Amino acid sequence: MWESHAVRVLESGQTQLFIDVHLVHEVTSPQAFGMLRDLGLKVRFPDRTFATVDHIVPTHSLLEPFEDPQAAAMIAALRNNVLEHGIKMFDLDSGQQGIVHVVGPEEGITQPGMTIACGDSHTATHGAFGAIAFGIGTTQVRDALATQTLALSKLKVRRINVNGSLQPGVYAKDVILHIIRTLGVGGGTGYAYEYGGSVFDGFTMEERMTVCNMSIEGGARCGYVNPDQTTFDFIEGRPYAPKGLEWEAAITRWKNTASDADAVYDDVVNIDGSSIQPTVTWGINPGQGIGIGENIPALADVSDKEHGTWLEALEYMKFEAGTRLEGTPINVAFLGSCTNGRTSDFRKVAQYLKGHRVNPNVRAIAVPGSQMVAEECEREGIAQTLRDAGFEWRAAGCSMCLAMNPDRLEGDEICASSSNRNFKGRQGSSTGRTLLMSPLMVAAAAVMGKVVDAREVFGVGELALA
Amino acid sequence: MALEQIHQIKGRAVYLPGDDVDTDRITPARYLKAITFDELSDALFRDERYTPDGLEKPHPLNDPRFKEATIMLVGDNFGCGSSREHSPQAVLRSGFRAIIGQGYAVIFFGNSTNISLVCLKASKSDLETLAVAVRTSPALELEIDLDTLTVCYGGSSLKVEIPSSAQKSLTSGHWDPIAGLLEAGDLLEAMDKKSARAG
Ligand code: SF4
Repeated sequence: MWESHAVRVLESGQTQLFIDVHLVHEVTSPQAFGMLRDLGLKVRFPDRTFATVDHIVPTHSLLEPFEDPQAAAMIAALRNNVLEHGIKMFDLDSGQQGIVHVVGPEEGITQPGMTIACGDSHTATHGAFGAIAFGIGTTQVRDALATQTLALSKLKVRRINVNGSLQPGVYAKDVILHIIRTLGVGGGTGYAYEYGGSVFDGFTMEERMTVCNMSIEGGARCGYVNPDQTTFDFIEGRPYAPKGLEWEAAITRWKNTASDADAVYDDVVNIDGSSIQPTVTWGINPGQGIGIGENIPALADVSDKEHGTWLEALEYMKFEAGTRLEGTPINVAFLGSCTNGRTSDFRKVAQYLKGHRVNPNVRAIAVPGSQMVAEECEREGIAQTLRDAGFEWRAAGCSMCLAMNPDRLEGDEICASSSNRNFKGRQGSSTGRTLLMSPLMVAAAAVMGKVVDAREVFGVGELALA
Repeated sequence: MALEQIHQIKGRAVYLPGDDVDTDRITPARYLKAITFDELSDALFRDERYTPDGLEKPHPLNDPRFKEATIMLVGDNFGCGSSREHSPQAVLRSGFRAIIGQGYAVIFFGNSTNISLVCLKASKSDLETLAVAVRTSPALELEIDLDTLTVCYGGSSLKVEIPSSAQKSLTSGHWDPIAGLLEAGDLLEAMDKKSARAG
């Protein structure tokens, strides 16, 4: 796939790689359009670029002008840029706006065998469709706009097989948190992660996206899953999917892009799916996770290499080594983000949340990943179930995943979050604390007001048997 | 547009200890709310350097002894997390020309190289020795040689690493890739014709 997109080899030895689809959003693109203007260049192939707004969109009210003049200026800049260059934009009034990594797949823009780039590290999400997809910086956004190509070095490939099957109540989010915990936050540097094995074969596209999304949290620039019938079924009929005769041709082409069963990898890791527990992070990077039944690591549990970050994390999180994380009171519950803000995530939560109420000490917000997700959730009654349970149901965007809009933590509040990053200050307060977990675990924490095992709160195993 | 060929970087250094320093720490998200990179030097490690009320916290970058540093010494997996170019831009716009560390997140490394911020890798033990030397004498001059991949300081030296493609781009003045990419000319049209598109 790499070879078929290689334009030529550059002097530095890097490959000039053609990018089939370029996605842009308001935060990392204005400077790139500015650079383009300074160089007197145009967007080379405007129909290969798609734009949306996600990071700074307020999710409590879409009334314009926004209260935040900086947010208004960024949206205005993007609108001007797409107009000037003839780029398709999914704007706030389109019914199709949302987080760029939710919008691409649901529009059918993301397709197998494609190279996809976006000025956002979670572009790895699109690899779930058997695409090569990577996050880029703003200078590279300029390169992609001006030439539809990027200068890139080839990545090594690590195949990660998750075999067997998952226990009831264990989700895709737990799988990726477990993988990052096992291989480390820097373990994937220089690699693309290709996921496979029976667990991935059985996964829905949404679940594959959740895992691929967080590849970057393991240091890998790309995530990838071979396309199969599940992939094709997901894409069929979506607005930008191939139609009619083209659809048949596309399927044949896509089947050929899958890596062979006897492919050779730079590294192979095998993980037993049944060993994975609902996983929660206790620290300041996504690799600092533990199974819900485990204790926060004690000194004896950490290697020399991890020691510094472990100390720093304990201090920042105000947790004690060797103690239970389970039972820790939370202040905020956040459902959403490009990791877990899709309809299937909310559907799963709603299924279990019926008849439960959010604890009065918890501020709970649910933010759909896109307007299409929001609409689906309304139609299926999912949104109402969440509202009835005490969640605020918001408009689509990134929201409290990185708090560039008004949704943020105050002081050292603790947030149970279905997002992907628990870095210091990530959720908008420089002392705020984030615990990453699956949507169901967030819902359970919201109900109990503390970190708990969702399987116990909701009787997950029993429901699966019934 | 001829770019600077970077062979040598001389200057003082400052040591920022810790592994896995993410881009949210280097440039907190609220500083991303701007349509230019112009104001970014204010953002650099903002929440590590100042309290929410704007009071200075103890931090190497607030220490007057290291004010003139143009080389940053860091730990492993520096710049992990978001792809925001704001982070290397903030480092560069605060007067730094090079970083020497144990390792870098892949996107941060690429973003840095593209704007001529040199990221070099050194072994943990060499870095520790260097960090001690810098802490003891903050006025110590470091001399980075990008051709021989050595760093000399106060009579000592250490070996550093950088991928050969980045070394070539920096020393030949091709670190900004745009000129090379534009040279492909008509090859791009041919690629566009044969490549899949959405819709
Ligand atoms: S939801 Fe969070 S991680 Fe995803 S694109 Fe938005 S800010 Fe980035």
